[in-house]
Amino acid sequence: MAAITITAPPTGPTQATAKAAFLALLARDLTVLRKEFKMFLARTVMQPLLLMFVFTYVFPKIGQGVGGGAGAARFSTLLVGGVIASTMIFQGIQAVALPLVQDFGFTREIEDRVLAPLPVSAIALEKVVAGGVQALVAGLLVFPMGLFIPATAIDLHINYPLLAAVMILGAFMSASLGLFVGTRVEPRQVPLIFGLLVIPMTFLGAVYYPWQSLEPLRWLQILVLANPLVYLSEGMRSSLTTGVPHMAWPVVLLVLAGAGALLLRVGVAGFRRRVLS
Amino acid sequence: MTTMINGAGEADAVIRTRQLRKVYAGAPAFGGFAPPGARPGGPPVGRPPGADPKRPRDAAVDSLDLDVGRGEIFGLLGPNGAGKTTTIGMLTTRIVPTSGSAMVAGVDVVADPAAAKQHIGVVTQTNTLDRALTVRENLIFHGRYFGMTNKQAKAESDRLLEVFRLTDKSTVGVQTLSGGLAQRLMVARSIMHRPSVLFLDEPTAGLDPQTRLSLWELIRELNADGQTVLLTTHYMEEADSLCGRLAIMDHGRILALDTPDGLKRSVDADTVVTVTAGGDAGQLATALATATGVVKAEATPRGVEVHMRGGAGIVPRLMATAADAGFDVSDVSVAEPSLETVFIQLTGKDLRD
Repeated sequence: MAAITITAPPTGPTQATAKAAFLALLARDLTVLRKEFKMFLARTVMQPLLLMFVFTYVFPKIGQGVGGGAGAARFSTLLVGGVIASTMIFQGIQAVALPLVQDFGFTREIEDRVLAPLPVSAIALEKVVAGGVQALVAGLLVFPMGLFIPATAIDLHINYPLLAAVMILGAFMSASLGLFVGTRVEPRQVPLIFGLLVIPMTFLGAVYYPWQSLEPLRWLQILVLANPLVYLSEGMRSSLTTGVPHMAWPVVLLVLAGAGALLLRVGVAGFRRRVLS
Repeated sequence: MTTMINGAGEADAVIRTRQLRKVYAGAPAFGGFAPPGARPGGPPVGRPPGADPKRPRDAAVDSLDLDVGRGEIFGLLGPNGAGKTTTIGMLTTRIVPTSGSAMVAGVDVVADPAAAKQHIGVVTQTNTLDRALTVRENLIFHGRYFGMTNKQAKAESDRLLEVFRLTDKSTVGVQTLSGGLAQRLMVARSIMHRPSVLFLDEPTAGLDPQTRLSLWELIRELNADGQTVLLTTHYMEEADSLCGRLAIMDHGRILALDTPDGLKRSVDADTVVTVTAGGDAGQLATALATATGVVKAEATPRGVEVHMRGGAGIVPRLMATAADAGFDVSDVSVAEPSLETVFIQLTGKDLRD
């Protein structure tokens, strides 16, 4: 054991140390993602795959197409954006919230991460960045499905710069939502995340219909504005299609960024409360 | 190792606290750093006897002045709820003190926790190994969190795996490790970044005796190489065998601070004799108290404990006294005062209570 020499730690500027620690934490999360990529695929792909398959392939084939005829094609087209959006939100919650709930609840692994030489808020921020990357990857995985599964032709006109902005801000908002949820939910409440959050958000998130088409139900149309998924779905559609009505893109980007920032702020505060006493 | 009876010198102190105090507002956060007694609905923790009644009654740690010098193995000894874990929690930035100051390696842990973390290595009571990673990856990523390059971290990991005899486990997931191996890996990880102070919170709790001995050996070796260690324990033998200096804590306060020998010398007796006999233990204690050289005789569940001074011939004297009083002595054990004796004298209770 004589080989263990105790020397002073390499002390540099704290900021450089913190930055190195941040990147190392990120590298750790990406390593784990790589190791568990099959599981990541399974939990990411299944739902959108079935959604697309049933709604845009099976239904038109058996003559039960939503909208019927040309309407079916329009439905397929608008569903692509909605499915990508809901996949991203779902992934943000899965990637950030569920591990945090476990960590806070019983594994307590997070205690080790908290001792890394960077501010506690930076550790929370790292979780959001890693979760955002996962949400982005999940969204991109769903993309090809929209192109190849539908039985009817879909009509995409992709505005790439806008698409990139919507997806990046959407991923950030999804992961921030995950942080917010993860710092507030106890392990025994995990089923409630799905029952009370994910499912209502998805069904009322303008995934299967454009927000503007809710016009006849004015109260619902206004109510769902509180759902951040609405903006992500609308943003996806505004960057992917021309024929489907959608919200103006500046509104979408502004709300996604604002909601993401707010959730991040509250989430980081919650994270600090959970790890410091 | 140099023994510092009166505390570390100014320049040498690696840990320095002044009037450190923690009062939990409500429920403490999750985790191994939370004192067991401080749960919501639980009994209030740490009311020092005779404390100022105007102060809140639940100070988990109070008026803590501590100086630990470079190269020491310093122990915090006390029962559950004494404030040991809260003390470590504050020194390792996980628990924010209510008042007072704490410096580790010259860094104020409250004002600059991120910088302080660079100087500390921590082994918590719970297994906080990264379950998503292998044994070797646990070390590699820890090194990288602390600024090592991937290459440095790999080299250092392999060296530590060798030193800690974990090489053959390097590619397995940490969930398959036994308690002893997991503990060894946690210690390896905690020193990976060469911390100024290694904090061990109840390091051998729940380990079997053999594993405990091997961990003691490991801690001694690390210390021989210059590693400063602060550990908490409620095992008397552990404190006695490992620590150069000890603070005995109860109800959040330090009751005594000295070397193990110094603490034992502070007991009112040089010999502790435990006498077991048929009949009423209380009466036996009263009888034995009259023997020459007896400072104190007390009935305990283990027999009558007699504190004595003045060397030779004490056992025959006690036996004679017992026989005169009509007791039939079945067992006598003679011992020097132990830390247990010290603890009972200081707190009036058994450490195991």
